[in-house]
Amino acid sequence: MPATEHVGAATPAGPLSALGARLASRFLEFITQLGGMIQLAASALVISFTHPPKWREVVRQMFNFGVQSAPVVLLTGAATGAILALQMWYQMRPLGMATAIGPIVSLSMANELGPLLTGIMVAGRMGAAMAAELGTMRVTEQIDALRSLATDPVRYLVVPRLIAGVVMIPLLTAFSIAIGILGGFIVAVHLKGENAAFYWHNTLHYTDPGDVWVGIIKAAVFAMIIVIVACYKGFNTSGGAEGVGKATTGTVVVASVTILISDFFLTNILF
Amino acid sequence: MNAPSKSTPMIDIQGIVKHFGAQRVLDELDLTVRKGETLVIIGCSGCGKSVLIKHMIGILKPERGRILVGGTDIVPLSDARLLEICSQFGMVFQGSALFDSLSVWGNVAFSLTEHKRGMTHKQIDERVKYCLDLVGLAGTEGKNPAELSGGMRKRVGVARAIAHQPDIILYDEPTTGLDPVTGDTINDLIIRAQQTLHATSVAVTHDLHSAFKVGDRIAMMADGKIIAVGTPSEIWESDEPQVQRFLRIAGSAVFGT
Repeated sequence: MPATEHVGAATPAGPLSALGARLASRFLEFITQLGGMIQLAASALVISFTHPPKWREVVRQMFNFGVQSAPVVLLTGAATGAILALQMWYQMRPLGMATAIGPIVSLSMANELGPLLTGIMVAGRMGAAMAAELGTMRVTEQIDALRSLATDPVRYLVVPRLIAGVVMIPLLTAFSIAIGILGGFIVAVHLKGENAAFYWHNTLHYTDPGDVWVGIIKAAVFAMIIVIVACYKGFNTSGGAEGVGKATTGTVVVASVTILISDFFLTNILF
Repeated sequence: MNAPSKSTPMIDIQGIVKHFGAQRVLDELDLTVRKGETLVIIGCSGCGKSVLIKHMIGILKPERGRILVGGTDIVPLSDARLLEICSQFGMVFQGSALFDSLSVWGNVAFSLTEHKRGMTHKQIDERVKYCLDLVGLAGTEGKNPAELSGGMRKRVGVARAIAHQPDIILYDEPTTGLDPVTGDTINDLIIRAQQTLHATSVAVTHDLHSAFKVGDRIAMMADGKIIAVGTPSEIWESDEPQVQRFLRIAGSAVFGT
């Protein structure tokens, strides 16, 4: 009896406290997931050095990353460079500053747009695929089967993907930067008739290797975010096909948002 | 409890407790599996049988209690040590859990190729062929798991579990989802694997025919506890009401009694 009275007293709480309780449980879930991801990242990093994975598997994952993501990444890079050049041409031309278009395109691509767009695109392409694959392995007990065969799932599944991602995403980013600059060049020079020599000279004069390094370092960090979020979500999938769907969309959202937030801080640190 | 048995315990579970959310799935559960025997755990669907078997191999950890495997308590062990203990086990999963990304050969050879056991490729290949032959699937090495029927996948699962000659084999619902004839070939397979490998086997099932056919001893699980353990005839004659009820309902379907 006293127990029922106690429960009865707690339920008629207002909508505000219900909201509070929901916020609290969301916050708790957030902290749990964040902790889980940090733990996964730490153990994957340690294992990468102490028990390197089989190179065959790493190469297979590199191939997955590179071949599956390259078209979408290159297309995005080229389009972004071209559109940026076009937009800048309309803004700068009336001011007589069309010569600045080259450096603007190359610096934006190298420092910001190249790594950011590559990161977001790969999160959508590879992040989703990885979460779906590992999520399916989880719900069909294949991850338990790995353990039953005395194999650490982190070593077998996460580490090759992490190494492949950290190598391939910066590489894809470098391609994206290059093709973005090329796209800008084609628009400014061939479409809008700017002087090719001036365009290249200004582009090269104002762009340092350091700017490209900023992009590459950012890309490596984004790679870790994508792989760890996808693997964590995949490993913690529950509830059959629906759960796999949730893990997949959850990965794209969480990885993209984390990339955007970390980009802000990375830009602050790296300059 | 009983007078000390001549046979030593292979797995000794002492008072384990496990919750999923608010639900108490294992409630101070005790169970001993003797070396070399085949113990079958029966019980209703969802009573925690699969959860129990996953505790034995360390895939799940209890909140309280001890699980002694060959005398070592596996509950407090680190992940690395736990994986070492795992190599004594072979497990057959309910849905087979074959690796989609590998061929039948890759699945059966997994534990041999993944852990350097000083075997050459030729020796591994011979072992894989021997195991596939044992489960009646010789010649399927090159196939992908997706090309196999449910019964064949189950048998590849058995071949994968026995490839590294484990001391303990765990079967999670080995006959569930199979037609009676295919199910019975799996029963024969469990018996054959037992006779060839002299391993300790634990099977979890709600299929009474299977339980009485393969089990040296049978344990009945209900409400997160083991409510009765004994030889098949002891269980059949048990006066525990829940055992009686289970046997009456399930048994009438199987034995027509």
